[in-house]
Amino acid sequence: MLQTKLCKIKLKNPTVLASGILGVTKETANRIGKIGAGAVTLKSLCHEERFGNSNPTMFGHKDVFLNAVGLPGQGIDSALKDFKRLDNLSVPVIGSIYGYKIEQFGEVAKKMASLKPSMIEVDVSCPHMDYGKPYYADTELIAKVTKTVKDNTGKIPVSIKLSPNVHDIKEIAHAAERAGADAITAINTATGMVIDIDAKKPILHNKIGGVSGPALKPIAVRCVYEIYETVKIPIIGTGGVTYGKDALEMIMAGATAVGVGTGVFYRGIDIFKKVCNEMEKWMKNNKIRNLDQIRGIAHK
Amino acid sequence: MQQTELCKTEIPRIMEVSKVVDEGKNQKSFFFKGNIMSKPGQFIMVWIPGLDEKPMAVSYHNKNEFAFTSQAIGKFTNALENIKKGNKLGIRGPYGSSFPLKNNACVVAGGVGLSSVSTLIDALHNPLIIYGARTKDHLIYLKRFKNKNLKITTDDGSFGRKGYNTAILDEVLSKNKKIKVVYTCGPEIMMKKVLDICNKHKVECQASVERFMACGFGICGKCMVNDRIVCIDGPIFNSKQLSKMSEFGNFARLKSGRKVTIQEYHGNHT
Repeated sequence: MLQTKLCKIKLKNPTVLASGILGVTKETANRIGKIGAGAVTLKSLCHEERFGNSNPTMFGHKDVFLNAVGLPGQGIDSALKDFKRLDNLSVPVIGSIYGYKIEQFGEVAKKMASLKPSMIEVDVSCPHMDYGKPYYADTELIAKVTKTVKDNTGKIPVSIKLSPNVHDIKEIAHAAERAGADAITAINTATGMVIDIDAKKPILHNKIGGVSGPALKPIAVRCVYEIYETVKIPIIGTGGVTYGKDALEMIMAGATAVGVGTGVFYRGIDIFKKVCNEMEKWMKNNKIRNLDQIRGIAHK
Repeated sequence: MQQTELCKTEIPRIMEVSKVVDEGKNQKSFFFKGNIMSKPGQFIMVWIPGLDEKPMAVSYHNKNEFAFTSQAIGKFTNALENIKKGNKLGIRGPYGSSFPLKNNACVVAGGVGLSSVSTLIDALHNPLIIYGARTKDHLIYLKRFKNKNLKITTDDGSFGRKGYNTAILDEVLSKNKKIKVVYTCGPEIMMKKVLDICNKHKVECQASVERFMACGFGICGKCMVNDRIVCIDGPIFNSKQLSKMSEFGNFARLKSGRKVTIQEYHGNHT
């Protein structure tokens, strides 16, 4: 009922663990696959080891979550030894990569590809060193990064993870598609801040962080809706998905698969199973046999 | 005094330090008013605004107040050294699993690890405590536990018996067949020895495992030991769980996620 095809990858259900949540080790990814996720995305890796920001790096509240972890990661070279291969887990694995310079995206992507993940996701939230703006904010930069990664990854499909912090996400998605992207992951977090009035300081050590959780969902649904009208490649709709109804909403906006990240905070690591059960229940009640029947239906 | 129950919070609650107690060499306990309602073995996240936030075991706990105990070894714990009564810290939690309470218990602690089992000792009925530290100056809570059944070792012999607490545990379990459970907290290499000794004598072991943490609520993925998430699956693990964790006593992950030997991990106080 929930089987999903994402760029020829067969998923037992459309839920995908989003990058940045728990995906530091291969064993965790395997556990999350076993307990319900259709696919798992690893935490982003770049060309070097990074320790990230000081704590607090996360702020979890009722309907809103913020994080500023600062892209910590062991680096791709260390990961090659740690993971050895990524095609022998309980579910398809999506390797998330980034670099500072364009060439580094290519270098890291090539190494990631050697681990044989089912897909490679490109985190483009890092600012370009020379342009002084993030890769996600510019059609030309997105095109360059996409092409460089595609040139280094062979037949492994590549998804570009877009940010909502732009004037027009449609043109960015279009640029990625034209440059050869096989999918779009939408969206990354929206920037935000929380201040503790007793400490009289921003709570996150980095001061500014990324907003996720239920508060992000309407923004994510709007982005997925707009991107679906612009590109033909599949979308991994991510942002605030916590319940089965949220996942169905994403699919009706046009998502092929649905990212679940912060939802783990709200409902535990078995959220994937919970979301799937809720989707199936709704589908049965509404006599929907498969997700193709409702994908993008909100556009009609 | 009116008792204040503090409900669990995921957001730091800014609280005034009500008392600071010197416990031993570079070791201090920081007290706060209110009932944090934690169970033995649980931890809180302590925020020094503007600096950093770290997990700390609840080391004193009653209806009116609670505390954590810190040993100055890195940037964060050195900054705590300068925290005085009246200063404010952010506290969230309590988090994690707790020790199941059982009779006929032995507690094996090393160094400041005693602070993670101190509220357990308060809750247990007359446990045997085997406590080791490097030197006499590193021993904590001697007054607090003076009426307890306490065996002490120091590495240099400056107090109690010279040598390791694990040697005493082996002797005790060989002679005393009444002991049904061994609770432990301390350096992980010591706890691995405790687990091995317990397995040899077929006695249940419950250990408090420490790893680098960012969130405390099971999503950052930094505190993994194999596929176990220390902050929500633990920090308390039993013999069966520990025996399945090949990384326990051998490997840990740095803040970056890179896997290193437990010795390198303990030398890295970021």
